[in-house]
Amino acid sequence: MKSNNKLKRYASVFLASSLVVGALAGCGSKDNSSSGSSGSDSKEIKVGLNLELSGAVASYGSGISKGAKLAINEINKAGGIDGKKIVPVEIDNKSDAAEATSAAIKLATQEKVVAQIGSATSGDTVAAVQIANQKKMPIIGPSATSETVTVNEKGQLNDYAFRTCFIDPFQGQIAANFALNNLKAKNVAIFADSASDYAKGLAKSFKKTIEENGGKVVAEESYVAKDTDFKSTLTRLKSKKPDFIYIPGYYEEVGLIIKQARAAGIDVPLMGGDGWDSPKMVELAGKEALNNTYFTNHYSAEDPDEKIQKFVKAFKEANGGQAPDAFNALGYDTVYWLKDAIERAGSTDGEKIKDALASTKDLSLVTGKFSVDDKHNPVKTATVLEFKDGKQVFNSKVNP
Amino acid sequence: MKKSKVFWIYVAIALVFYAVVQFLISSEQLDMYYSNLFITIAINIILAVSLHLVIGITGQFSIGHAGFLAVGAYVSAIFTTNLGWPFPVGLLIGAIVAALAGLIVGIPTLRLKGDYLAIATLGFAEIIRIIFLNIDYVGGAAGMQVNYMTTWTYAFFAVLITIIVISNFTNSRHGRACIAVREDEIAADAMGINTTYYKVLAFAIGSFFAGLAGGLFSHNFFIIQPSQFGFLKSFDILIYVVLGGLGSLSGSIIAAIFLTVISLYLQDFPETRMIIYSLVLIIVMLYRPSGLMGTKEITDIFKFGNKSKGGNVNE
Amino acid sequence: MEWLQQLVNGISLGSIYALIALGYTMVYGIIKLINFAHGDVFMIGAFIGFFAISRWGFGFFPALFLAMVVCAIIGVFIERIAYKRLRNATRIAALITAIGVSLLIEYTTIFFRGAQPEAYPDVISNKSFHFLGAQISMQSIMILSVSIALMIILQFVVHKTKIGKAMRAVSYDVEAARLMGINVDNTISVTFAIGSALAGAAGVIFGVYYTKIDPLMGIIPGVKAFVAAVLGGIGIIPGAMAGGMVLGVVETVVSALGFSLWRDAAAFVILILILIFRPSGIFGKNTREKV
Repeated sequence: MKSNNKLKRYASVFLASSLVVGALAGCGSKDNSSSGSSGSDSKEIKVGLNLELSGAVASYGSGISKGAKLAINEINKAGGIDGKKIVPVEIDNKSDAAEATSAAIKLATQEKVVAQIGSATSGDTVAAVQIANQKKMPIIGPSATSETVTVNEKGQLNDYAFRTCFIDPFQGQIAANFALNNLKAKNVAIFADSASDYAKGLAKSFKKTIEENGGKVVAEESYVAKDTDFKSTLTRLKSKKPDFIYIPGYYEEVGLIIKQARAAGIDVPLMGGDGWDSPKMVELAGKEALNNTYFTNHYSAEDPDEKIQKFVKAFKEANGGQAPDAFNALGYDTVYWLKDAIERAGSTDGEKIKDALASTKDLSLVTGKFSVDDKHNPVKTATVLEFKDGKQVFNSKVNP
Repeated sequence: MKKSKVFWIYVAIALVFYAVVQFLISSEQLDMYYSNLFITIAINIILAVSLHLVIGITGQFSIGHAGFLAVGAYVSAIFTTNLGWPFPVGLLIGAIVAALAGLIVGIPTLRLKGDYLAIATLGFAEIIRIIFLNIDYVGGAAGMQVNYMTTWTYAFFAVLITIIVISNFTNSRHGRACIAVREDEIAADAMGINTTYYKVLAFAIGSFFAGLAGGLFSHNFFIIQPSQFGFLKSFDILIYVVLGGLGSLSGSIIAAIFLTVISLYLQDFPETRMIIYSLVLIIVMLYRPSGLMGTKEITDIFKFGNKSKGGNVNE
Repeated sequence: MEWLQQLVNGISLGSIYALIALGYTMVYGIIKLINFAHGDVFMIGAFIGFFAISRWGFGFFPALFLAMVVCAIIGVFIERIAYKRLRNATRIAALITAIGVSLLIEYTTIFFRGAQPEAYPDVISNKSFHFLGAQISMQSIMILSVSIALMIILQFVVHKTKIGKAMRAVSYDVEAARLMGINVDNTISVTFAIGSALAGAAGVIFGVYYTKIDPLMGIIPGVKAFVAAVLGGIGIIPGAMAGGMVLGVVETVVSALGFSLWRDAAAFVILILILIFRPSGIFGKNTREKV
């Protein structure tokens, strides 16, 4: 018994110490290798991808990753940027803001990337922005829509933070005007995802615009992302008899909401933002239920424009026939925007790239032609699309 | 050797370690990546050690530790960022409020046993998270931006205080009472130990330090969101304690360091990260269900035959 | 009749919780393990049903059956590989292993097919009829009847068959059961098989009813179903059914009152109240602590 215990003790000591040593060794050797290669190797351009590849919003992060990698492959095939290949350094932040900070630090100090792409959500991007400012590493959030990404809470500009998507207020305003003017709605209801600052931002500006223009918000309800049962809240909404319902949020939940709303007998027009854009939307909600619904978006995948069709085709080829959604398109565009900026800057120096990004003018990409304003937001045209028998049909274009 | 002498030797070693790291950081030998790594490890050690007191020493199966982390994180952030109070005061208030939350949660639930207690603590942690989700003052789901204040110095001394307090508590009369509760609650009760008192006491102390870790956490990562404090976070902390060995203080510290480093290392393998992590977990549990260290302490190894530390009652 | 409608909504949601809770309650009853991987078996069932219907052209019932069979096999597999060794280990080691298995299933699924959601094809008509002003869809009736049918079959198996008797014996006292010549290992495997098959069935029904499935879909329903199982008295089959229904209706009522953000909190508040005031659940017998 005694000797057995002793043996066990030695075994555990051995195990524990070998683990610690192993961990330290792993950590040390990594350091050597990265500091060795990260010098002035001019053959490649390292771009960091700080994305949600596991955890709650893994589907958004991996969507951006797919789009971005497609773009990187295309650019490398076409000879890279000034002959240099782009090397993506992808880090998973587990959909967690703390991990996103650590990932950004790692990208900036260990990998010494030229710029960071990501994250998908505003919160995770905000977590990395201060690091970006400190380390002079430009950071582009492909789908980080919250105003606080590029401008901090005190109203100062975050010099190194950019985004490829609309900011929240813009889409909300367009939707409100569309509801009031085109659909002649008077009593509107809002059903927003309260777990997403994106949806909350859209809902806020929508409500403001509606109320300023003589409309009335008769009901405001919310859900939490990952919910699947909306029937009870929809039943409640129905009893308030709105003639228009605004549902900002992501297609994963909105698809279900629309299906359940139509099943519950709500047949008024429904509307949302670019989070609706996904081929899955039609599968989730069903063609019939989607009739009489509208959403604001950067572009239409049905647009015959050559650039858009080329992207859709290339994406399908690279991803086994899967059609691209908004995250894929934004990830794709972010890489091309960065490429454009690096070319204009003529250097991979963080500060010069930042200036080039900030001075982008009339750059034409898949998600629209845009310029960057003084708050680092892209100013681009929004398109209002309507679903007709499962197809996205162009309805109108709204300039900012 | 006398106990107090051993104690001071350990403290001295720790201070030397602190000074070396601090020197390397301030002389920029270690960049931000390493200082962030050290701070993250420190936070995880505090979490592991505080939960070790509840599960390892007192034997109360709590899987809602992230709730108290959240309380500490939010409360301290409110005091420093919104009200402009100094950071140490914010940390202390966060920890105290977390301890109060621990009392509120602990008094009704600690009557429960085993899995029922586990599920109840999980439920409470989720309720705490949902409460923060619904308070607009702290940003709701979008989260709250927090000033960056945590430094290696704060993190190190917080760890040092946590370990000293918890190891002294464990070796005191109260600690032995807690161990008695863990081993056999009914017998402990029969011996005249107020079992409820000690269970709640250990729970509140554990919550206090979880709150302290929360304060360091929120001021290290620029933003906090309710989604960071879900039950998966509680599981992470639980895993430190169990993997290190239930009842082993040094085991939980080693596991916290080990897993933090592994997790950081696996960031480079996003596709297989969680698969590797879960496999490590399953394999360790299958082949060493009592954890890496069992109930032993690392100090036991250097002190042959003289076992007085850390709740080791199996010999 | 808004309230009648809400009741219908609640019962449909509750039936799904109940189906998952049945498996939980059986597994917990027999080896006292909170099988966190149960929610992920539910997810696998949903995906198998999806592939069966949309890729291989199965009808609803064949797909349901296939998902149940495959999930039963997976359940036994998990038990044999991960849990069997831990039968005499501490409860906490078993729980950590269950968490590990759960993460492993989720992320292996993501590894092979990505994290994006999938939309279930329509296999059952979405028609609905009006009853006292409430809209009742064929789907909700189908969910309820399948759940009740499975519960009746389960009740029959547990109380009227030899293997059911063995299960009850093992859950009552493992050692005594072994001494009486019951093959404990096989009995536990059968329990896992049945429990996992029910989770698989719940997955397919969930997919048909709510359309969207994704690799992380099992986490929340898994936890909720456990709450439902505790609510009804863990280890008791009608209890799991009733617990699921109560939970579904309560959540619906909370949303219907306009507190949809507090819906998840409501589930946990109920859980805690039940645990504190009646730890053996609605249907449970109060057992005195053995000294």
